[in-house]
Amino acid sequence: MNALDFIIANSPIFAVAIPLLGAFLTPIFGRINDKLRNIFAITIMIITTSIVFILAYDVITNGIRTYIFGAQDLTLPVVRILFEVDAMSSFMAIISVVLALVALIYSWAFMKENTGLDKYYTLLLLMTAGMLGMELTGDMFNFFVFLEITSISSAALVAFWINKGKSVEAGFKYIVISTIGALFVLFSVALFYGQYNALNMAIIAHSIQFSFLDKIALVLLIGALAMKAGIVPLHMWLPDAYSKAPSSITLILVGVTQASLYGLLRVCFTIYGKMITLSSISIGWILVLFGIVTILLGVIMAIAQSDLKRLIAFAAVGEIGYMILGIGTGLVTMSPDISAAGLTALKGGIFHIMNDALDVGLMFLVAGAIFYATRETSLDRLGGLARNMKYTTVFFIIGLLAVSGLPPMNGFASKLLIYESTYQLNPILAIIAILSSILLLAIFVKVLHSAFLGPALPRFNEVKEVPKSMLFAMAIIAGMIIIFGIFPDIVVNNIVEPAANALVDNAGYISKIMSLAGGA
Amino acid sequence: MLPFESLLKTLQTGSGFWNPLIWIVAIIVALLVVLIIRGFGKKDYKKGTTQTQAFLSGNPEYDKENMHIKGSNVYWGFSEIMRWIIQLLKKMHNGNVSDYVLWFVIIIAILFLSIIIPAGAI
Amino acid sequence: MIFNFPFIAVAALIIVGLYAVVFRKNLIKMIIGITIIESGVNLFLITLGYREGSIAPIYTSSPGGIMSLPVPQALTLTSIVIGVAVLALMLSLVIHIYRHYNTLDVRKIGGGEE
Repeated sequence: MNALDFIIANSPIFAVAIPLLGAFLTPIFGRINDKLRNIFAITIMIITTSIVFILAYDVITNGIRTYIFGAQDLTLPVVRILFEVDAMSSFMAIISVVLALVALIYSWAFMKENTGLDKYYTLLLLMTAGMLGMELTGDMFNFFVFLEITSISSAALVAFWINKGKSVEAGFKYIVISTIGALFVLFSVALFYGQYNALNMAIIAHSIQFSFLDKIALVLLIGALAMKAGIVPLHMWLPDAYSKAPSSITLILVGVTQASLYGLLRVCFTIYGKMITLSSISIGWILVLFGIVTILLGVIMAIAQSDLKRLIAFAAVGEIGYMILGIGTGLVTMSPDISAAGLTALKGGIFHIMNDALDVGLMFLVAGAIFYATRETSLDRLGGLARNMKYTTVFFIIGLLAVSGLPPMNGFASKLLIYESTYQLNPILAIIAILSSILLLAIFVKVLHSAFLGPALPRFNEVKEVPKSMLFAMAIIAGMIIIFGIFPDIVVNNIVEPAANALVDNAGYISKIMSLAGGA
Repeated sequence: MLPFESLLKTLQTGSGFWNPLIWIVAIIVALLVVLIIRGFGKKDYKKGTTQTQAFLSGNPEYDKENMHIKGSNVYWGFSEIMRWIIQLLKKMHNGNVSDYVLWFVIIIAILFLSIIIPAGAI
Repeated sequence: MIFNFPFIAVAALIIVGLYAVVFRKNLIKMIIGITIIESGVNLFLITLGYREGSIAPIYTSSPGGIMSLPVPQALTLTSIVIGVAVLALMLSLVIHIYRHYNTLDVRKIGGGEE
């Protein structure tokens, strides 16, 4: 086979192995020259991005792709570790790798005066490898290992500024919460292994009977993965960790949070899929309730904040509530076969995952730009920055329109899908969602007024615009927001709808492994 | 790679549709109408005199740096009304990681009671 | 009842570990609590692979008979290594916290709503 077929056939493993190899080669380049190390890291990330895009194109046109470790074919009982990539996995992988690429470009100038940057770039590439592994894998214990890799490297990066006490303490809180969550995930994996003698997700989904131990495993998995995904009331580590980390790391932490959300979806829809189609009322309504509480709490806490990044972190918590609301509505109407309104809600929730990553990510980058230019983080001491930082103000206004769901940005398209489909489930849900969108607009107009508008303060007279690499990174995300906003139908039909269909169709996920194994 | 007609399609939800290109055309038309109405205004006024200053209802005008409303005071009315719930929530968000894990245990217990105890339903 | 004893020990270890994380104020005691939870989960993994009257799962020159399952033993080794790495990271972060705040009381270092 020619080179392109070779790359496509092995692309799941290239997507994880290339950042891993690059992470361990980065300190060698760092000894030679600093610029060479930065260019090497960005090159590795561009190669990974292109491999993920090739993989996504192949999966959307050809169906599920698997990669088996150490053998050419499977036999029953399945003992090999394998990567199984369907449309939902490739959707999340696209989001993660785009966020990592933008964060690398942004941190060229943002982190330039810091020392210890060899370790920064190494940990960043390692975190990307962990996120991609978490999203592409088809094996439960492999998911646990990549979850731990991601949480260890991101905790070290959250505590990067060790000269201040607050960042180290936020990193400590983050690693305690992540470790407890991951240990309970391992306990559930052990419960699955003890009953079914299988660690593969498709085999567990095929042979699951809903015994008492399975219910315990479901509860522990939902609790632990919801804690990592930032769902209220388990979200309290999220504002502390997001606000005290460097801004480029906060951008990737958004991707890590969404990878854990992907894990929760994989557990609910695929592993427990057979039981979900029989009677899915209870878990769906639990997710809808969590979603409503998350939206309300995120928005109410964000109004009362005076620290800029903490405010954006609470708004990010609120946006996670929208995703859970859409997906929970899809889960409620899924018995026995998903209805049209439920599929629309599922599409809205999944589309909102991508939109939220872009919108809130742009907000964090703007907050980082303000910190880089003025060294202030509190909204009480900022003012009148629009005279000095014109481009940053324009990007902030684009992000403001997108987060609060105003047309013509992409936030409106996904929120419209969520509003219209949750209205058919219960009108109160849609009313709360719309009112919270208006409150989000109020929150970010408050930030716009306090930081950008107003008279020119004399101590900000020599504040200049931020360097070009940071502007370029913000422009990439702003461009994607505008393009997704003006052509939403292309994105929904080509990328989101295969993902939603792949999530619902767990029979296809199982039958792919069964047909490869050549068994019943 | 993509046919040009697919760029102009509308997003169909189950019960409505949304086409951003039609919206952009409508907004441009509305802004043109606004510009035309603005053109009907008076053009003869004296700049630099008291005709162009803001009206402060007789309040004394300080220098510009002290007239900027700080970040925490912007939504004063809203924060006063919701003060009790915001105080309660802020007390919940102390930085104590033991309380965070306690919330985890409480949610596990609630999920146990709602998923495992009802027999037959999940 | 004697065959259920390891599972009871697993439940006891996890509950003791959670108690230490939730109700103790010293940071070092919380880290010890996390290590106890991890030991409990590792014990659970090992216990799943035990068969009654079995020998160690080594093929070369084995005296025959039932072998206990080797897969949970591999999973436990991976988990122990991950636990060591996490423990090292947590302890180094506690050293930095002590240098900045001069106290190990988790209520005093809380950086929540100030």
